[in-house]
Amino acid sequence: MSYKAKFKVWRGEGGEGKLEDFTVEVNEGEVVLDIIHRLQATQAPDLAVRWNCKAGKCGSCSMEINGKPRLGCMTRMSTFEEDETITVTPMRTFPVIKDLVTDVSFNYQKAREIPSFTPPADVRPGEYRMKQVDVERSQEFRKCIECFMCNNVCHVIRDHEENKPAFAGPRFLMRIAELDMHPYDVAERKDSAQEQHGLGYCNITKCCTEVCPEHIKITDNALIPMKERVVDRKYDPLVWLGNKIFRRKS
Amino acid sequence: MEIERHEYDVVVIGAGGAGLRAAIEARQQGKRTAIVCKSLFGKAHTVMAEGGAAAAMGNVNSDDNWMVHFRDTMRGGKFLNNWRMAELHAKEAADRVWELEAWGALFDRTKDGKISQRNFGGHEYPRLAHVGDRTGLELIRTLQQRVVALQQEDYETHGDYEAYIKVFQECTVTRLLKDASSVHGPAGAISGAFGYWRETGNFILFDAPAVVLATGGIGKSYVVTSNSWEYTGDGHALALLAGANLINMEFIQFHPTGMVWPPSVRGILVTESVRGDGGVLRNSEGKRFMFDYIPDVFKDKYATTEEEGDRWYTDQANNRRPPELLPRDEVARAINAEVKAGRGSPQGGVFLDVSTRLPAEEIKRRLPSMHHQFKELADVDITAEPMQVGPTCHYIMGGVEVDADTGAAAVPGLFAAGEVSGGMHGSNRLGGNSLSDLLVFGRRAGLGAAEYVNALPARPAVAQESVDAAKAEALAPLERSGENPYEVHHELQRTMNDLVGIIRKAEEVSEALEVVEKLKERVELVGAAGSRIYNPGWHLALDLRNMLLVSECVARAALLRQESRGGHTRDDFPGMNPEWRRKLLVCATPDGAAVTVEEKVQPPMRKDLFDLFDLGELKKYLTEEELGNAE
Repeated sequence: MSYKAKFKVWRGEGGEGKLEDFTVEVNEGEVVLDIIHRLQATQAPDLAVRWNCKAGKCGSCSMEINGKPRLGCMTRMSTFEEDETITVTPMRTFPVIKDLVTDVSFNYQKAREIPSFTPPADVRPGEYRMKQVDVERSQEFRKCIECFMCNNVCHVIRDHEENKPAFAGPRFLMRIAELDMHPYDVAERKDSAQEQHGLGYCNITKCCTEVCPEHIKITDNALIPMKERVVDRKYDPLVWLGNKIFRRKS
Repeated sequence: MEIERHEYDVVVIGAGGAGLRAAIEARQQGKRTAIVCKSLFGKAHTVMAEGGAAAAMGNVNSDDNWMVHFRDTMRGGKFLNNWRMAELHAKEAADRVWELEAWGALFDRTKDGKISQRNFGGHEYPRLAHVGDRTGLELIRTLQQRVVALQQEDYETHGDYEAYIKVFQECTVTRLLKDASSVHGPAGAISGAFGYWRETGNFILFDAPAVVLATGGIGKSYVVTSNSWEYTGDGHALALLAGANLINMEFIQFHPTGMVWPPSVRGILVTESVRGDGGVLRNSEGKRFMFDYIPDVFKDKYATTEEEGDRWYTDQANNRRPPELLPRDEVARAINAEVKAGRGSPQGGVFLDVSTRLPAEEIKRRLPSMHHQFKELADVDITAEPMQVGPTCHYIMGGVEVDADTGAAAVPGLFAAGEVSGGMHGSNRLGGNSLSDLLVFGRRAGLGAAEYVNALPARPAVAQESVDAAKAEALAPLERSGENPYEVHHELQRTMNDLVGIIRKAEEVSEALEVVEKLKERVELVGAAGSRIYNPGWHLALDLRNMLLVSECVARAALLRQESRGGHTRDDFPGMNPEWRRKLLVCATPDGAAVTVEEKVQPPMRKDLFDLFDLGELKKYLTEEELGNAE
């Protein structure tokens, strides 16, 4: 049941590169990452690709397959025609280090800018009591495997380098929502989401939700509710007045 | 070219659960700490852990306590465990899990709002704190976020996120460095580590008096494995080459349920939670065959009829558990035997069925990532049809011989925690005892390293000769145009899989050792084409040294141990032997190349721990002499 497939793989380093053609064996049940590994073992030993678990749990092998952000390990070859040429390129939003490997440090910087979980000072370990229904919302967001494909596909930064400093991207806006919905988190999350992490840039096109390999409803369950929470605060006349007075003081 | 040089108090190699917990502890003790890892931060193999972290919190069954957990752990390991480690683990696991909650982890809950706990093989009570079947992800993300929280504190205080704890990601350590003299502290003490950046191929030198190894296991020496590419036995090999000892290397856990189809995912784990939550194993005749495989030592603890086993899920006080929940070694051997007897599934495994046992919605809720994994990778809907599963190389019980309380290895300044350390799990690890092991001993190793550094009179010095030698060793494959490293790797994997696998024989293990010797010669000649920039061929060529050393340890120890126990099954010595239980096999490389193995007698169990067991049970494992001494 094996056949020869045509691949175009982006290869290059130091800001330069091009698509290279390969013809490579494909066997039943294989995924795109298997084919990349076969290229390494037989034709291009120095072909760079990130991967770890090969089971869609670690989020390392993010790449663009025929222009769509995908995990290489979860993209079955059987979803393509045998005579189809498959084009594999690195994620576009992040600078390429080499071949399919990109510099994703943007994401780690943004992670650091989000204040961490802040429980009340008087709850000791072992004393936490939470209902399943109250943790489920944040649990959905904690399914995130940090493949960064949502940040990669988000048009706010995909071809707009200039927006990167002011925008945390769907991954980390969702992290803010996760913390805001955590039953024990007491930190202020709403104003900072809007003012420091760029929630307002999101215009809910749902591209992030569509590419999420964990099928997290990033837009509907995290970003929109977060926007609503921000709006509630912003346009609540009392909150508005309070903010006004506070600002004047400072 | 100038080598990048960094000074730290503690360098932690590995960023899985044990490494991160060690680093957090070292930083909390005020030590300047580096975390060095081969992958991106947050991708370590811990994310693959599914079932949960075992801790006797007693949230679901209040009869549970550390003593029951201790007994289960010793039984699971067939009493070969380092009992002090098993004791510390059972006593401290609950605190470590609760601490995660205070750092933001969100475990599944009981009705009264506590952390929910699930059943697992070999655990007497529901004991595993879990988040669906993605507990490892929760654990690693929580620890990762704790590291970030500490960095944020440091930013507040020092204006620099990385003032006290820094992650060096995609960075591989190839050699530990030692101070040959005794001018600055104990002779032969650790003085640092040498490695390269995967991204650039440039070298990096850590000048540090303490190194914590937390590099995980060795699964990449086998073809069928649940382990990721990182599991090349780096820490095991680094420790050996630095002069430390490895123990229990013959004990490898073959997880009973790996995927068997499609071929590209062969070996990927199917969580034990499937069985813990009601899934059953059947052969091609539709028979629940595990009832035929209950060993004598467990006869009175497991159900003998399907009816009793099924009742247990709802009434554990009056029924015994189903034999699908025997320790992993027993289940793996049983599956192996069924397939060998011609009663396997079409793709060479057996059937694991949860579809006829739970409603579809319940399966999706309890086992979401298994549902997803089978749907996406095998086009199988586990709510409607059985899975096909078979044994896969999953975990090595053996590792660096350490002091139970501090994680200290024989080399001053060297510490180890998690899978790379040996002793805790004896001859077989219980499911769920790994995540808790990482937390308990990660913390202890971090603390041990910090206290060691506090007591040092001066920093051991890095010798330039050893840096030059490490550099030459690392560059060698790039300077050769020899054999492709992938071919050598593949041959090693096949050899270990076929000849030192789940069932072993003296002739086959000897044959494997001959192959390993030849592969050692071939590794000296492998070449890596391409540049130093992100070059996987070069990286593999360097990892091969470690895989071969570790494989040799496994094979040599497996050849010597003439009995079957836990993760070591000898076709030619099928029984357990109490004399062998008292012996540990200790691997070392005195000359830095060949592996030697020596026998070492286990210290006898402390009286109060000994007394936790019925004498009748101990008689199944211990020698007359040991039993006599205790009375």
